Amino acid sequence: MHTPLLLEMAADAAPDRPAFGRRADGLTFEAARRRARGAAAFLGGQGGEAVVFIGLNGPALPVAIFAAGLLGKPFTPLNYRLPDADLNRLLARTAPSVAIVDDDMAHRLQPVDGVMVVTRSAFEAASAQPANIDAELPWAEPDIAVLLFTSGTTGEPKAAVLRHANLASYVISTVEFMGADEDEAALVSVPPYHIAGVSAVLTGVYCGRRIVHLEAFTPQTWVEAAAAEAITHAMLVPTMLGRVLDVLEQTGERLPALRALSYGGGRMPPAVIERALRLLPHVDFVNAYGLTETSSTISVLDPEDHRRALGSGDAEVRARLHSVGRPLPSVEIEIRGPAGEPLAAGARGEVYVRGEQVAGEYLSRRLTDAEGWFATRDAGFLDQEGYLFLDGRLDDVIVRGGENISPGEIEDVLRAHPQVADVAVVGAPDDQWGERVAAVIVARQPDLAADELSGWVRARLRSTKTPETWLFRAELPYNETGKLLRRVLKAELAGADAAT
Amino acid sequence: MDLKPGSRWKSAVCDAEFVVVRPAKTPVTLACGGAPLIAHAHARPDGATPSADHSGGSAAGKRYADAETGLEALCSKAGAGSLSVDGRPIGAAEAKKLPASD
Repeated sequence: MHTPLLLEMAADAAPDRPAFGRRADGLTFEAARRRARGAAAFLGGQGGEAVVFIGLNGPALPVAIFAAGLLGKPFTPLNYRLPDADLNRLLARTAPSVAIVDDDMAHRLQPVDGVMVVTRSAFEAASAQPANIDAELPWAEPDIAVLLFTSGTTGEPKAAVLRHANLASYVISTVEFMGADEDEAALVSVPPYHIAGVSAVLTGVYCGRRIVHLEAFTPQTWVEAAAAEAITHAMLVPTMLGRVLDVLEQTGERLPALRALSYGGGRMPPAVIERALRLLPHVDFVNAYGLTETSSTISVLDPEDHRRALGSGDAEVRARLHSVGRPLPSVEIEIRGPAGEPLAAGARGEVYVRGEQVAGEYLSRRLTDAEGWFATRDAGFLDQEGYLFLDGRLDDVIVRGGENISPGEIEDVLRAHPQVADVAVVGAPDDQWGERVAAVIVARQPDLAADELSGWVRARLRSTKTPETWLFRAELPYNETGKLLRRVLKAELAGADAAT
Repeated sequence: MDLKPGSRWKSAVCDAEFVVVRPAKTPVTLACGGAPLIAHAHARPDGATPSADHSGGSAAGKRYADAETGLEALCSKAGAGSLSVDGRPIGAAEAKKLPASD
């Protein structure tokens, strides 16, 4: 199924409903359909085999996504926050292509053979032209819908392939068509080059919920926009949520219109979600777990799960507040051991997933096996009731003298210490053990001592999990979507012999 | 009729349109309002109406599934006719409501 049909259906069912932008001056579903057609006619005339997008969030994003779909050309958003050299290198890899570029970013691009650059303002003007809107579009065979470049932490970025069939399957099997009330509005603050930025457009359209794009995230602008536009739904990564809560506490704003907040894209510190539940008791919280390669969400911890866990006297039920919930009905999840053997409930291993929405594919390389299973490289386990718990990336697991140690568990214990503001636990090279456990701490007070923290961890976990190396830092390195850059810390620990 | 996943069809006798989500295990005829579907690009003949036995209606966004053959179709535009596989009426699959997550 072709993703532009999602917009087509919404525009047929509710042409006059607001679809994108502010209530005052946004696009209705019918206007969005017309813009997408106009944009497709315009982009089709520019040549190229992919539609590149380099720019901030806004109504041009959904228009470009659906226009690319109508043309049967992959929508390829690039990370505008990359240094110029990296951005230009990625852009060259998309040739032959047409690139929609924010007017104030165009000067950063070097001319490349086979890449036609159009500014966002020219693109928006052309999309609204009647001659383009009414032009006959050539028939396009739906194939690759989206190409998303990975962040390239382990080398040159790879282009993840999401086909129309994967994305459409995700949307129609998880979203009720026109299921949103007419007054619902979602605030989208993840950037266009993130899978959640793309999937939010598709699921928002299909359920009929207006999307308000935040150009770029700051906690203050997020809270202001949420209040001004009576936002009912939003998705945040954990670091964003923590910063939003700070603003809510400082300003006293409680966002009475807000109904549902979903979070994902990284480990949620228990203290942050517990604080959120207390501060916003009128809001339904949803923890969603998914990957680029799986067309977004594959498991959810729903609002009822949150409330049950928070109020339970049963330790196993309470622990589920820190799980990522249960698999969607349309996907299967298995935990497997090192030899690929399926493991029983409670056993830790690698998370495997299978389903129509699972693309599991890079350009020129398919990663799913013959039975359709995709190895996520995430470590975790399923409990007796099928709740999925994650232990971080397999590549981050610390192997100390043959024992596998997951950083997440140690980080949770340290984060619960009243003087610890933030923490990262990583492996440091060790002559005796291969790796040893190292902790990088952001302290609330300058006099916080390593001895105090060692004792704190040893009292709660066994001694092999107690960090042997302690570093104190003013802050930890994160990328702009809130992912901790462990490789930066590991490189630092491997380079310098830290104080033990 | 070649009911490939992703292929689009329309009713010959009402406004309904469909897209195939899952193919049937064996070749079948998919009909709406009692008349076989026609390809989406083709023009609908004038004047026809759904037969009385197949006029329960099709709702946009509903997935209609045939347990016997595995065929599943999504209604992309509503109409007065209802679907049948080889003459056998098929119903809407019950979708589990999930909370918004993106």
